[in-house]
This record gives sequence, structure tokens and C-alpha cells, in this order.
Amino acid sequence: MIKLNVASVMVLDQEEALDFYVNKLGLEVARDIHQGPFRWLTVRAPGDPGIEIFLQEPGPPVQDEATAAQLRELIAKGAMGGLVIQTDDARGLYETLRARGVTDFTQEPTDHFYGTDMGVRDPFGNPIRILQPARTAHQVVA
Amino acid sequence: MSREAEDLNRRLLRARDAMDRAYAEPLDVRAVAAVAYVSEAHFIRTFRAVFGETPHRYLQRRRVERSMFLLRETERSVTDICLDVGFTSLGTFSRTFREIVGETPSGYRMGHEPMAAPHCFQKATTRPMVAAGAKRPGGSATRSSSFGEAPGAAAP
Repeated sequence: MIKLNVASVMVLDQEEALDFYVNKLGLEVARDIHQGPFRWLTVRAPGDPGIEIFLQEPGPPVQDEATAAQLRELIAKGAMGGLVIQTDDARGLYETLRARGVTDFTQEPTDHFYGTDMGVRDPFGNPIRILQPARTAHQVVA
Repeated sequence: MSREAEDLNRRLLRARDAMDRAYAEPLDVRAVAAVAYVSEAHFIRTFRAVFGETPHRYLQRRRVERSMFLLRETERSVTDICLDVGFTSLGTFSRTFREIVGETPSGYRMGHEPMAAPHCFQKATTRPMVAAGAKRPGGSATRSSSFGEAPGAAAP
């Protein structure tokens, strides 16, 4: 058996990332371990202990300073990977994010045959898709 | 120095997102540059340096991608689709489409059926690259097109 356990998202500042992913998006802290300059900070969907997202800040000792600088510029222009998050209420989450001061939406909630989706960026530029699957989506895709 | 580059990139990305959201509206370069807190000339220059093409070309490819989507997924006429995605003249739309995709809008429609892939995936991955041999942004092909600039907006 194999299954997804931890995936990482590159961020420019772990504290700011923590505020966005937990206080605004509604994830919860899974692990927060300091080891010298390194901080193993992961978040997860509440009640979903199997999959964690490592909020990774580029820099030593994992990357040298020059590499970290390149990564930071790529993050800021939205060129790094992002996340797809599932919800049972995309419009509700959109309103919650707005009420919490989030403004960087790339797409307002839109209906498609496979469900309702929307797009937002984290404070650093990473794209996040939020999907509310249609109830019959499995029939359409099958 | 790098922090400045990060900050500029983030602001240019925010401006690019604004263009993506309002692709069907006339392009107001000054207003988009204001999203990034830079002057119009600085915006065009830095956008090209950061994203590899001018804001005009970026928007053209976004509009052509949206027109490809509508050609595949709907029964709307080519003229309606041309206007839907923000072009103001059928001639400019057809020429730009051919230049970027390599075939005419109706030819593309004949050869493509709806895709069963999430919309965001289609939007990101089916966005056309410029066909080989096409004139570069800023060349005469781009300058002479009626691109639907907002009144008063200067050409790059």
C-alpha cells in the first residue's frame, strides 16, 4: 500500500503562511517542530490526519542562499506549484475568505458540469483552487 | 535587491491576475499598471522581463484560449465568440487566432470537441503558444491590430 502523506508548498514566510492557511483558509496545524534555523511546519484539513502540507520556506540548510533567492522570485511570480482543496460549500468559503480580508482571488465561484470552483492566491503568489464537486460528478467522469 | 525583485514580481502577478479576470474588457494598460503600483512604461518593460512576453501578447493568448474554449464547448457563432472574448473586429480576431493557433477559428472548431477536463486545467494548459514564425510582440502585427484598448490608452 502507498498513499499520499506530505506534500510541500513553498512560502516566503512561515508565520505569514500559518496565518493564511490556518486563520483564513481554515486548515489546522499538524506539526510545528523547530530544529535550529529549520522549522517543520505542516498543516492539514481538520479531521483529515493522513495528508499534511509542509509550508516550506526556502533557505539554508536545505537550499543555499542563491538557490533560495531564485525560488523566492519564482514563488512571487506564481510559477511554483499550488494546491487543490475540496469543500462542500465553495461559495460559503469564498464569503468567509472575503470576510477575513482575503482579496487575491483569481476566479470567483463558477459553476461547471463537474462542480463549483474558485481560485485564490496565498499571500506569496501560490495558486489555490477550491472545488466543490457536483453531486453527480463521478457519473459524468466515469 | 532580491526582496525588491520578489515584491515587484508579486505585484506584477497581481496585475496579470487582473488582466486574466477582465480579459473580455478593453485593455487599459494604465489601470493594470496601477494594480502593480508602477508606471505604464515600467509595467510593460518589467512584465516582459518577468513573464517573457508583453502584457498585450499575454492578453491576446488569454483571449484566444477563451475563444478556443467557446469554439469547442458552445454553438455560438465565430462573430459572437470574437466579441465575447474582447476583440472588437472579426478581422483582427481571425488574423490573431491564425497567427497564434495556426488555423482559422472555424477550422479549429471542426477539428475539436468538448474536453472532459476541469476548467482550470483547460484554461492553464490549452492556452496556445505563439505559432513558430509568428511576428514578435511589439512588431507590426501587434501594433496594427485593433486590440480593443480603452480610449486614451497608449500602444506599447
